Amino acid sequence: MSDNKEYKFSDETLATAQRIIRRYPEGKEKSALIPLLHLAQAEFDGWLSPGAMDCVSALLKIQPIEAYEVASFYSMFNLKPVGKCVIEVCRTSSCWLLGAEDIVRHIEKKLNIHVGETTTDGMFTLKTVECLGSCGTAPMLQCGGDYYENLTFDKVDNLLEKMKSEGKRRVYTKDDMINI
Amino acid sequence: MGRKLLLENDHIEGIRKLDVYRKHGGYSSLEKALKTMTPEQVVEEVKASGLRGRGGAGFPTGMKWSFIAKPAGVPRYVVCNADESEPGTFKDRYLMERIPHLLIEGMIASSFALGARTSFIYIRGEYFYVARILEQAIAEAYEAGLLGKNIMNSGFDHDCYVQVGAGAYICGEETALIESLEGKRGNPRIKPPFPAVAGLYGCPTVVNNVETIAAVVPIIKDGGAAYASIGVGKSTGTKLISASGHINKPGVYEIELGVPVEEFIYSEQYCGGIRNGKKLKAVVAGGSSVPILPADLILKTAAGESRLMTYESLADGGFASGTMLGSGGFIVMDEDTSIVKNLWNFTRFYHHESCGQCSPCREGTGWMEKILHKILDGNGTLADVDLLWDIQSKIEGKTICPLGDAASWPVASAIRHFRSEFEEYVRNGKSIKDVKHYFRLHQVAEA
Ligand SMILES: Cc1cc2nc3c(=O)[nH]c(=O)nc-3n(C[C@H](O)[C@H](O)[C@H](O)COP(=O)(O)O)c2cc1C
Ligand code: SF4
Ligand code: FES
Repeated sequence: MSDNKEYKFSDETLATAQRIIRRYPEGKEKSALIPLLHLAQAEFDGWLSPGAMDCVSALLKIQPIEAYEVASFYSMFNLKPVGKCVIEVCRTSSCWLLGAEDIVRHIEKKLNIHVGETTTDGMFTLKTVECLGSCGTAPMLQCGGDYYENLTFDKVDNLLEKMKSEGKRRVYTKDDMINI
Repeated sequence: MGRKLLLENDHIEGIRKLDVYRKHGGYSSLEKALKTMTPEQVVEEVKASGLRGRGGAGFPTGMKWSFIAKPAGVPRYVVCNADESEPGTFKDRYLMERIPHLLIEGMIASSFALGARTSFIYIRGEYFYVARILEQAIAEAYEAGLLGKNIMNSGFDHDCYVQVGAGAYICGEETALIESLEGKRGNPRIKPPFPAVAGLYGCPTVVNNVETIAAVVPIIKDGGAAYASIGVGKSTGTKLISASGHINKPGVYEIELGVPVEEFIYSEQYCGGIRNGKKLKAVVAGGSSVPILPADLILKTAAGESRLMTYESLADGGFASGTMLGSGGFIVMDEDTSIVKNLWNFTRFYHHESCGQCSPCREGTGWMEKILHKILDGNGTLADVDLLWDIQSKIEGKTICPLGDAASWPVASAIRHFRSEFEEYVRNGKSIKDVKHYFRLHQVAEA
């Protein structure tokens, strides 16, 4: 299963992937699946197309279905295209107690989309997520690995403006996959 | 002031770096263990300390360690549970972010005690930046000869790796974590066999929480007896509490076990009282899974004694009038909080996070969410409240892993202590529902 795009890791990413694979005992390389799916998502526009997942399964010499079943289990993997900035607002207990609903509603109005949707310019996708371990600084949101805490409407407005004017894709960067 | 064993140096500038950490005594416990102790002696100190698992269940760590199987020629693993996804809990993030070397030192020392050549820190994927901090600390440790071959000339070799997850609460359950670490979906395994016998790659494995492993460092430093001298009864040592919700000073606090709950909530040293001068309504004391208690029962036991922050005191009265220390995720709710809505939110969470292997959990959590939704919309009946009770009782204890229980207890306790609020929604829900119900609308839209 694949679209026409060619899915190939850059040399640098490939080297990182191989370093990760070497961590595990012989025959247990599948342990690298989740880290490699993260790499693929960062490399291929922030989401995992079937082609992107196939690229990972080929590297690990596993069946493609093994990558699909794992990718579909974990909420951080996007199985559909997403905007350059995926805004993930925590909707769980403490954030909810301190106004997460209002924050979500505010962002929806501001971006003119609903939760789960992407703006027409492809800049933002809005998601709600479960507790991100930032409850003492609620309400909060995450975008591309960065935490934005103690949110107010003003803070959210400034953040969205800044992201929009920078216009760059925010992913967990590959540098984050430091290797030993 | 309470003594601090883990966060004593968290405010020191640059403590994240190896040289500063070492200047403040860092890695002296590891050195002591490697140069002056046998692995068995380290296990004995941990036993003597009375340390109990800080991940939620409170199982004695020394005992868990002594269960590890030691078949010849089979590798053993130490895995640190840094999945920290229990709503209301953020202490492990704080510890790893501030003092990463404390965890790494604990990992090496624990691995020495257990005879593990390799260890993994499994950290939730959303903590990516924290994983990076840990990786940097690990790189420093390798460079200084604290990891790798022949550590501190002791002949002990050890490698430690950080593994990131990808968003799944269930991967905090230790067997689901192991599955995930093997590159699979996070489906909990049926126990036995326990990880101590057959864990990662089928090998003997110990899984411990971040805070548990960090606590091994002061235990080695001052001895198990010194650790055990702090606290009350079987609740020894210090505990990190993540305090959040309607309080003046949310944050992570290291307490000596035994601080009165009332002092914890109201003193300036800790939570600083309820925000905006409101009254306390309820507390979820140990992460979303533990029973919720109304103000009177969290401050005092049913027998009228002052409730303390210990495993035993919080559990006093059983589920009829008590709760659990759990992960130490302390969520405080003021008088304006709707218990029914909060419960709906929790239940939605468990439904979302059920791995789907067992029908009582997979289906039951969904049913409970739907019924709560109906009640919140003012379309519920008194029979629905009884049905909720019935469903939770049929999930608890009947599933592969404790997520089923974790989904049941909040429901049971909310009905037990706040039944009149459910009835109020049944009677007047239509007029209450226009308050804030935005997430519920979405839930419908997304379904
Ligand atoms: C659904 C579920 C989620 C859990 N999440 C975590 C977690 O995020 N962190 C953690 O340390 N333990 C978690 N646990 C407990 C672990 O299964 C295990 O008991 C713990 O890691 C053992 O370490 P300890 O003895 O040091 O507490 C969870 C358990 C369940 C059932
Ligand atoms: S209780 Fe729930 S989460 Fe646990 S194994 Fe069963 S279905 Fe999965
Ligand atoms: S409840 Fe939002 S970060 Fe924990």
